[in-house]
Amino acid sequence: MTTIEITRRALARDPEGFLVDSGEWTPEIAVEIAQESGIAELTPRHWQVVEFMRERYLETGTAPSIRSLGKESGVPIKELYQLFPKGPAKLAAKIGGIPKPRGCI
Amino acid sequence: MIANRLRRRLDEDEAHITVVDRDDLHVYQPGLLFVPFGLADVDDIVKPRTRQLRRGIAFHEAAVDRVALEDDRVELDDGTILPYDVLVVATGVTLQPEETEGLLGDGWRERMFTFYDVGGAEQLARALDGFNGGRVVVNLVDMPIKCPVAPLEFAFLADSYFTERGIRDRVELTYVTPLDGAFTKPVASERLAGLLASKGIELVTEFAVGEVDGNTGRLVSWDEREVPFDLLVTVPLHGGAGYVARSEGLGDALGFVPTDPQTLRSLARPNVFAIGDATNLPISKAGSVTHFEGEALAENVVRFLAGEELAAAYDGHANCFIETGFGKALLIDFNYETEPLPGRFPTSVGPLSLLEESRLNHLGKLMFPWIYWHVLLPGRDLPGITPEMPERGKERQLDPV
Repeated sequence: MTTIEITRRALARDPEGFLVDSGEWTPEIAVEIAQESGIAELTPRHWQVVEFMRERYLETGTAPSIRSLGKESGVPIKELYQLFPKGPAKLAAKIGGIPKPRGCI
Repeated sequence: MIANRLRRRLDEDEAHITVVDRDDLHVYQPGLLFVPFGLADVDDIVKPRTRQLRRGIAFHEAAVDRVALEDDRVELDDGTILPYDVLVVATGVTLQPEETEGLLGDGWRERMFTFYDVGGAEQLARALDGFNGGRVVVNLVDMPIKCPVAPLEFAFLADSYFTERGIRDRVELTYVTPLDGAFTKPVASERLAGLLASKGIELVTEFAVGEVDGNTGRLVSWDEREVPFDLLVTVPLHGGAGYVARSEGLGDALGFVPTDPQTLRSLARPNVFAIGDATNLPISKAGSVTHFEGEALAENVVRFLAGEELAAAYDGHANCFIETGFGKALLIDFNYETEPLPGRFPTSVGPLSLLEESRLNHLGKLMFPWIYWHVLLPGRDLPGITPEMPERGKERQLDPV
């Protein structure tokens, strides 16, 4: 527990709470960010989405949009909104320790 | 446009250039915004594609079935097979209203419209003409969309249109967006939200449409909020061209071509490039982007054919006029790194102002179709407007918000 406390204090985050360095992410950090965002427990379905996002980001350099998540993560959009209320792509990215998905202008 | 640029760079004995398209109708798409308000005629914004091409460019009218990347050839619906040394994918986007539940159901093209295609814009013109009051909802289902400012412009012009008809007090105008503000980037988003408020247009944010009910007139979000409407003006989901999705290895899940943001070469093959809306780049799907990409892309294609390293780099430069109604418009200018900022354009003394309403910007927008047909489509550059975003004229010192 102490380790997490220390780690968390040392982590740089942007004003919206996204990790600045995605390399500092650990599953423990995911749990903490989820809790502060109002998700009490990360279920296997949550993890499926968070891990998909992270993998995709590390592979391509950009976080997938909600539509790509719905098509490719194996979790339908309706359920994504139940798992991650309001903005699933944004919230799952935050929990996964990757930057906020870049909205295309 | 890219064919014209390449034809000017390469003699006919150096390269054969063939343009393939499913029809011979080129639409000046920015004009679609004005059709519903009777401010533009379809006849003025649609012209034959063949007339826009330079001499020495072949035109083949057929739909593409698929691209066989491994064989360097394009297979067409009419059975033709076109082998290539270099392929440029410039397919734009496809509207996908069928991806949203209920949108194509009861009420589609009756009380639910889009102005993003010619037929839709004409039908909406008739619907607006017969509209005498009620709730008008302007909505974009999700990004990415072509010209992300167009639905905002539609809301501004609708305010202007109903005011001029003398029925503005009987119309409730609402702008519904999945974004967390009026626009994607903070400075512009705040200014545009202020403009919506000043015109009495209600702004509903973070509303991701999951379902549309045309019988009762309701937008329903994935998280089960509702917005009622009498008349819905929607921008349906966008995807890439069908054949891009069908061609193994060419497109992503949405049918866009994964593309290197600087060189504009596809990640699929070294001899395949992509331009404009067809790419997956994190930048506006807008005509100005395609124009600014054109120079870098043409240069890189020429280099590739000569066996040289690709050198030209696109910086994500984009700009657009935003119609704000009552004969005014504002202008934004930005790139991959720099969000739209206030200031002057194209130099620090203007003459155009950035992120601020003016008549001159509106006149710029009115002049633009001529520039489009006579300068941009032929693949020429505009004097004074560089492909690289100008730093001068942008005000970076902003008051804390």
